[in-house]
Amino acid sequence: MSRVAVLKGGRSLERQVSLKSGARVQDALERLGHEVIPIDVGADLVAQLMADRPDIALVALHGRDGEDGTVQELLEAMGIPYTGSRVSACIRASDKVLAKHAMRDRGVPTPDFFAFSETAFKDLGAAQALPAIEERLQFPIVVKPAAQGSALGIKFARTAHDVPAALVAAFSYDRKVLLERHVVGRDLAVSIIDEDGGRRPLPIVEAVPKEEDFYDFEARYEIGRTSFVCPAEIDAEIAERASALALEVYDLLGCAGFARVDLMLKNETHELFVLEANVIPGLTETSLLPQAADAAGIGFDELVGRILASAGSPAAARA
Amino acid sequence: MTIDESPRSRPPRSTARDIERYASLFAERTKVMKSSAMRDLMALIERDDVISLAGGLPDTSTFPPDSYAALMSTVAADYCSRALQYGPTEGFAPLKRCIVKVMAAEGTTIAPDDLLVTTGGQQVIDLVCKTLLDPGDVVIAEAPTYPGAVPTFCAYQADVVQVAMDRDGMRMDELEATLAGLERDGRRPKFIYTVPNFHNPAGVTMSLERRHELVRIAHERELLVLEDNPYGLLRYEGTPLPTLRSIDRGEYVIYASTFSKILSPGVRLGWAAAPRPVLQKMNIGKQSSDLCSSSITQFFVTAYFEAGPWEDYVRSLIEIYRRRRDVMLDALAEHFPREAEWTHPEGGLFIWATLPDYIDTTDLLARALRENVAFVPGRAAFVDGRGGSSMRLNFSGVGEDEIREGIRRIGEVVREQVGMYGTLTGARAVSTASAAPGTDRPAAAGGPRSGAAPAEPAQPEADPALAKILRLPANRKAG
Repeated sequence: MSRVAVLKGGRSLERQVSLKSGARVQDALERLGHEVIPIDVGADLVAQLMADRPDIALVALHGRDGEDGTVQELLEAMGIPYTGSRVSACIRASDKVLAKHAMRDRGVPTPDFFAFSETAFKDLGAAQALPAIEERLQFPIVVKPAAQGSALGIKFARTAHDVPAALVAAFSYDRKVLLERHVVGRDLAVSIIDEDGGRRPLPIVEAVPKEEDFYDFEARYEIGRTSFVCPAEIDAEIAERASALALEVYDLLGCAGFARVDLMLKNETHELFVLEANVIPGLTETSLLPQAADAAGIGFDELVGRILASAGSPAAARA
Repeated sequence: MTIDESPRSRPPRSTARDIERYASLFAERTKVMKSSAMRDLMALIERDDVISLAGGLPDTSTFPPDSYAALMSTVAADYCSRALQYGPTEGFAPLKRCIVKVMAAEGTTIAPDDLLVTTGGQQVIDLVCKTLLDPGDVVIAEAPTYPGAVPTFCAYQADVVQVAMDRDGMRMDELEATLAGLERDGRRPKFIYTVPNFHNPAGVTMSLERRHELVRIAHERELLVLEDNPYGLLRYEGTPLPTLRSIDRGEYVIYASTFSKILSPGVRLGWAAAPRPVLQKMNIGKQSSDLCSSSITQFFVTAYFEAGPWEDYVRSLIEIYRRRRDVMLDALAEHFPREAEWTHPEGGLFIWATLPDYIDTTDLLARALRENVAFVPGRAAFVDGRGGSSMRLNFSGVGEDEIREGIRRIGEVVREQVGMYGTLTGARAVSTASAAPGTDRPAAAGGPRSGAAPAEPAQPEADPALAKILRLPANRKAG
């Protein structure tokens, strides 16, 4: 049995979600017989890791610091094995712009988009390019911060009038924002876990919001606000295509251990578009990865056990 | 900071399969008991390094620890067995006599038998809803309304209709129009909820004329009014006005107040004064909620009133809060851009500021938290998604230096967003408010309102209409 540090909480806007994920994971680890060191990530993270010297770190930290490779880099520096994707994959996946460029370059379908930093607008007059962008993407346009998880800061611009305010809102969360073509369709999530040296796509979850016209931040984390259908009621052929696409993105971004890839199934044409990959997907009661695992006959404790087993040694130690 | 979540004490978690099972068990009303992204943002406010202008907290650090110790000793010596025992649902008689004194200080005469001691003023709102509302019943509230009342109304599945305010409080013409509209639809509101003094969150006070008008309307239409008056004694300027209860003489007004702001929210004691038949039903409702409020704190408050002149502490609070209000008003004038507007409260704890409508204060809060400062986004004060560009700022809970610094930081991120919007729309860059230092007059009204058209810099207005400050529609469709 191992001494496992569970990294959770932190300073990001997804702190509450992360605390929920972390608490659940801790329970599972204890049931599995491990010694748990819960760490609410803050200024004393390194000091605490140095003092406790865990055998392994389970990263349940969502959002900034947890998904963008920051704590992974620290764990590398300290020589502590950790769960999930390595630093470079975290950087690629957490920056939606990098991820979408990588997908587009590879020919993976992702909704058409443009991305700009604040400086492009402030110093280079990017605002003057907005009409051309709007013409190409067509309304409604989804405007979102490049790095924010969940749905915080995501706005729908239905007309040109909405675009500036939507950009201002998105810039509240990040210095880089994305304008993306809106795909009208069904919201699918393919979770993937590493297994026997390979990767295994789990049954697809469809998230169906009960009230809002958008699968929003609130609905995503509250029991009863969203219906989850798993396995999603879609044709086998579509499910197969979605899983294959998700695996391709998982590999393309270099994900490891586990991840969740979000897709849209476009109404009428049944085309699939990859929105993003999440390297630290939620592990709360309402999260999609645990539901998918459950549908595959993998209970939560077993899922946590597998995630732990897939933890990789730091690159420095492997070299 | 490290927090041990004490995993050993937590029961086993559910499996994913259980989710729908639980969901099917939830009562219908929980569907409107919304959590929100805002709540998750608010979780970050608890960090030590955040200057929070978000709370509604009185400054309890001003209460002398020696007095607290002495009062607790008195409770132990004089009331020990009773303090440790259950009490009557309606509250202990000695405490009711204290309440009579507090209400008299605002010119309201009340008989002890007309009082129900409650667990904070919040319980009055809950008990009134519990007593009066069936699902779908209409409640009329101000726009904006006390954010803490919104979840209570929602929990009882009320249909909340919000009526516009201006600098004199709830607009009676709007109220009449709303009532007429409801009547046409065959609907009669169960009660009208109002915070007449130093409104939370709007910071305005209902004028004497409107108070009489509201009571007249209530009598004519035989409607109940819930008068929520937690801050009435915290007046920093102007002439005190009579309570609705004193004008109404106990026929249609249910009066709610609390010891939270004049002594301590930690004692969790408030009270209701209501017409007897209503009070009796509320009493029964309270029995099912908590049997009685804390006996210990009831005797604590009684001992406090017996120990000396309670008004002295209130006066000391008034001095502290008045200075803090002035500091905040000055800081707003100095640091907020001219496109921002805000109210000038004569008392209470809150200022309501409104930004150009292209700024969403929920998103702005996320940005402000990066600068370690927080406020309450305006949407919390509406049931219909309005208030998106407003914010509630509290000036009682933190010291003067923190208020200055907090407003400076918020002002900086607001100016950043105004500037970005100007860049995006081709409007001219943000300029600082033109109000002279030391004045508290909001600067300009207006500013860029249209995303399409370049905005001209707004000109200062001497007396901006409060309805505009409160970002209210000209006509609110009833229903």
